[in-house]
Amino acid sequence: MAATTENATETKVSQRYFGRAMKRVEDPRLIKGIATYVDDLKLPGVLHAEFVRSPHANAKIKSIKTDDASKLSGVIGIFTGADVNDKVGTIPCAAPLPGGKSPDHTVLAGARAYFVGHPVAVVVAETRAIARDAQDLVEVDYEPLPAVVDPEKALEEGSPLTHPELGTNVAFTWSVSGGDVEAAFKEADKVLKIRIVHPRLTPMAMEPRGCAASWHAGESSLTFWSSTQIPHYLRTLLPGLIRIPENKLRVVAPEVGGGFGSKLNLYPEEVVVGHLAIRLDRPVKWIEGRRENAAATIHGRDQIGNHEIAVRKDGTLLAIRTKIIADIGSYCQLLTPAIPTGTGNMHCGCYKLKAVRVDITGVHTNKMSTDAYRGAGRPEAAYLIERIMDLVADELSLDPVQVRLKNMPESTEFPLNTATGLVYDSGNYQAALEKAQELAEWPKLLQERDAARDAGRLFGIGVSTYVEICALGPSKTMPAGGWEWGCVRIEISGKVTVITGTTPHGQGQETSFAQIAADRLGVPIEDIVVLHGDTATAHYGRDTYGSRATALGGTAIVMSIDKIIEKAKTLATALLNSTPEKVEFNDGKFFVSGEAKNALGWGQLASEAYIAKNLPPGFEPGLEASSFFEPPNCTFPFGTHIVAVEVDRDTGQVKILKYVAVDDCGKQVNPLLVAGQVQGGIAQSIGAALMEKTVYDENGQLLTGEFMDYAIPRATDIPDFVLGSTETPSPSNPLGVKGVGEAGTIGATPAIANAVVDALSPLGIRHLDLPFTPERVWRAIQGNGGQS
Amino acid sequence: MIPAAFDYVRPTTLDEALGLLAKYGEDAKVLAGGHSLIPAMKLRLSQPKVVVDIGRLGDLRSISEQDGKIAIGALTTHYEIESSDLLRHSCPLLPEVAGKIGDVQVRNKGTIGGSCAHADPAGDWPAAMLALDAEFEIAGPRGSRTVAAKDFFVDMLTSALESGEILKLIQVPMTAKTAAYVKFAQKASGFAIAGVAAVVDKARKGVAVAVTGVAAKAYRAAGTESSLGGLELSETTIATAAQKAADGVDPLSDIHASAEFRAHLARVLAKRALELAAGRG
Repeated sequence: MAATTENATETKVSQRYFGRAMKRVEDPRLIKGIATYVDDLKLPGVLHAEFVRSPHANAKIKSIKTDDASKLSGVIGIFTGADVNDKVGTIPCAAPLPGGKSPDHTVLAGARAYFVGHPVAVVVAETRAIARDAQDLVEVDYEPLPAVVDPEKALEEGSPLTHPELGTNVAFTWSVSGGDVEAAFKEADKVLKIRIVHPRLTPMAMEPRGCAASWHAGESSLTFWSSTQIPHYLRTLLPGLIRIPENKLRVVAPEVGGGFGSKLNLYPEEVVVGHLAIRLDRPVKWIEGRRENAAATIHGRDQIGNHEIAVRKDGTLLAIRTKIIADIGSYCQLLTPAIPTGTGNMHCGCYKLKAVRVDITGVHTNKMSTDAYRGAGRPEAAYLIERIMDLVADELSLDPVQVRLKNMPESTEFPLNTATGLVYDSGNYQAALEKAQELAEWPKLLQERDAARDAGRLFGIGVSTYVEICALGPSKTMPAGGWEWGCVRIEISGKVTVITGTTPHGQGQETSFAQIAADRLGVPIEDIVVLHGDTATAHYGRDTYGSRATALGGTAIVMSIDKIIEKAKTLATALLNSTPEKVEFNDGKFFVSGEAKNALGWGQLASEAYIAKNLPPGFEPGLEASSFFEPPNCTFPFGTHIVAVEVDRDTGQVKILKYVAVDDCGKQVNPLLVAGQVQGGIAQSIGAALMEKTVYDENGQLLTGEFMDYAIPRATDIPDFVLGSTETPSPSNPLGVKGVGEAGTIGATPAIANAVVDALSPLGIRHLDLPFTPERVWRAIQGNGGQS
Repeated sequence: MIPAAFDYVRPTTLDEALGLLAKYGEDAKVLAGGHSLIPAMKLRLSQPKVVVDIGRLGDLRSISEQDGKIAIGALTTHYEIESSDLLRHSCPLLPEVAGKIGDVQVRNKGTIGGSCAHADPAGDWPAAMLALDAEFEIAGPRGSRTVAAKDFFVDMLTSALESGEILKLIQVPMTAKTAAYVKFAQKASGFAIAGVAAVVDKARKGVAVAVTGVAAKAYRAAGTESSLGGLELSETTIATAAQKAADGVDPLSDIHASAEFRAHLARVLAKRALELAAGRG
């Protein structure tokens, strides 16, 4: 909380910008195409890298012949695991679980390739075209081996092993539990059982990965650019890997064309490029192609859950007991094991469960690694719980909305202790549900369904009441610090520079942080610039993921502003020849009470502070402050989504007829940004619900390696949204903000799923796994089963 | 993402183009709209040494009435067909098909000739060409020849065009309004998992039903057609006939649709296309 003492004059904060739906300052450069992405960087003498990748899911690498490729004019060098692996470190996992087993993740394949797309060698050439031609000429002699593809079969006796040296395909086991699970099941009137699958998804950011590195031999320093969400983490992790000191490395995230978690990672290609720039003493650039992106950028989700639910006849949810198999692929990347633990920790959803137990087994298979993808474990949790609620309602012949209300906490019960040990900060689930029903014209919708069913149409309504955890988070629970850093500087001219340690890549903080700062300082928003993404400028930070930037980054900025105001007040008091109790600050000006005409503005104060001729004794020159905000808790956004669908009985096609979302992300800095995040999240959920699935065949071949085969929603697939919100401030930060970047992806898929199952329920169908592709729906209707 | 190196030539006359193809033989590929060739080149599935760009052969881009039929130049774009008033009046099946191809960008560049020559089993044009009994005029080193639609689509990605030949013109009959194209698109690519073109001739009491996307090449649903020959078209007769829409073919199977589902869709779409077509007159 900003420091205010009893003696300090009240800081008047106007609300001119906070809460205003303003267009983004980022957009003109993006729309005009004058923003700088990694591929736009002009580095004189730059060399281009292309990676040779395994076409096999599992294979011994017997030899790599590079003679023909090396002879191509313009090829500078070709490097294999033998050339590189012993000179750089291995890719770390920042969130290993106790007892977990994972192999060393060398930057290039060593003796074996473990997934289709596994980088085996790298070609460096004068042009990208030459590198690509040389790539074709590298001859790798593979001995293919049986691939481990099905995670359940991978756990069976006699299964081939992804990593034989580990002796098992089990990467880790983990569990969370609370309450007396046995007692709850004994007490139950009924025990339901359900198997729920959440398929693997491919993030598909519009801009694939890419990076560039430039070695400055004179200073023995490296500048590293990457289309990344985490320049600060890279600055901490890369030094150990490429063997240079941390304070000789500058990492820059230029314009990034979407991350969604897929760029919240440290990738082998990044290490290789950094290493080669130093080794070759020439700048090196690598730009990923879409096929590479689909194969070798992290995937999301991929969980198989078996659930037992203990309930009372009246719909009270007593306990959930879950076993999850998480198919994590061949390696643990940065946060791979942590993702399913999020699913475990959020197992209570919006409900007062008495007891819970979740056991998770992470399984190594011959696939690309899974890691954080928008929602990162929470979409899986919300999805399974909201399917369970509908199942409970169906089993007990109760109304699905009433069952939810029956198990929800009152808004007065927060902070709420949940059975998994998480403490939810604040919530009013009933208000969001009520508002959603109002916006959906609930009684009319029910009538519409009745009429449709009378006419033999498959019309369904689905509700999802979700809660999620974000604004990560208290450092004790994070792998390497969960605080955030913010610096504010009043320049001599009175202009304001805000520097954040978060790394926006589409979230819009250049606008929203300026809104916060403009209000708090009382300056026009045009006088503020927000800098980010360059470790030379934003010295420290914990970057952007987990919907944390506004809650944590915004607070760090507020803390810094309050320090500056306090300091400026001291200076103003001296310059005004007054005493502290008599000096006020309002609307960007300091003045003696009752003498507003004699006010001092920021320009004057900054000028005095830096030119330093009239400073009171002991006063440090300058008007700048930086702060680290350590959050006391995460935040817990929530909401209700209501969806109406119709299913074409003959083709299995699902059409969304109505989409209502009421989301509560606490206080909203900029409602336009909030709406954008919600819409984008829902769009990705529509993809997950209706069309997306990463498919490997029984030989581990990736069948969805292109946009020809991996369907993501287009504008024509997205219905008109009816969006509303409630505002339940978070006590976890002084701004009262919760975070909204991922909420749409979490609340939406369950609502759509529940609607589709509801539409099919007159045919006796009680559950269907994602995605609801036409064939899957059609087969369910035919009675051939829609389970995966 | 980067094609293998290639030379590029752009002839200004058809004869010049044919001369270049004769000269370069297997090393050359013809470029029309480019929306099949260029992606294939970027993936290096196709690596021509010489790309012969026929985009400037203006004579091959036209839609006109000739002797009671409609002649469409091979380089006519899907968009030009979609927006042609002449076709809307005289052969409305074609604008309807054109409007369902790919997306706006693809329709602006892609050509009917290029698409037919490519003979993608999931392309939309083959269904319409078969249903209309279109005729394909081909230019080659030994002069011109005409091939009927039923002989033009030979196999998956194989047309009747021989090495050194260029498709010049497609002739279609003028039809009544009673025609329709119904498509079930693969969600990712936009190609047809099943597409059915139906042309109803109420005067002669006959129908033509052609199916694309379901088998290795588009086909006429002979069973459906003969089932309806000479009969009044009603909901019942159509429903019964449509059941035969997948008879005698080996449906394709992939991650997007199984053979069983494709066959089912052929039957469902045949019914819908026939009902739609019949209802338009």
